[in-house]
Amino acid sequence: MACEASLAESAFDPSAEITRFTAAHALAGGIVSFIGQVRVGEGVEALELRHYAPLTLPGMVALAEATVTRWALDGLSIIHRSGVMLPGEPIVLVLAAARHRRDAFAAADYAMDHLKSESWFWKREKIAGIWRWIEPRAQDYADLARWDRSV
Amino acid sequence: MPLRLVFLGRLEDAAGMGATALDLPAPATLPEVLARLPAALAAALADPRLRLAVNGALLAADAKPLLADGDELAFLPPVSGG
Repeated sequence: MACEASLAESAFDPSAEITRFTAAHALAGGIVSFIGQVRVGEGVEALELRHYAPLTLPGMVALAEATVTRWALDGLSIIHRSGVMLPGEPIVLVLAAARHRRDAFAAADYAMDHLKSESWFWKREKIAGIWRWIEPRAQDYADLARWDRSV
Repeated sequence: MPLRLVFLGRLEDAAGMGATALDLPAPATLPEVLARLPAALAAALADPRLRLAVNGALLAADAKPLLADGDELAFLPPVSGG
């Protein structure tokens, strides 16, 4: 089963990725896509994601492999940005293709929860010209813990 | 022996830099590394929520690494991706 994970150091085009992925998985009955983007508003001027090269991409690859073992998928793709992003720009894209939609929804959800709380990224945002590091939220850990007690 | 220290996330602000070099007698323990750093930074690095990686390999939460010549020690605060 095909799975791929990549770290994008510059802006990427989710629409083009979705088109490419969909064409590559013509046998799938359903494809779920999740796009995380820098929200516009709340005074955020920029968002930066830092990573640690020896751990970050290998961790994303391991997550993709764990996700495809857990659900019956035809394909999975994870793209995550590193670097400085502006409001409206994509941060992360998860694509899951499956014969049946529930596997695709669950796989994308699982991958996102683990990208947020277990992958090696550190996020900061710039408001009024001042950068501030973002701490993980309790909700992120609660989202992650759901998978420990379900199949 | 030379060591390289890498500070991720908010630790970069605490250190005032993303990475630094340190020279210590071999082999070196984590307390020996911390003793060579400014007190405020050493305090920030004593946060029990931090994880450590040596040469890109993540250590167990309770590991007590013995650092060798040229090792890269990374201090990893809680992550926030997505």
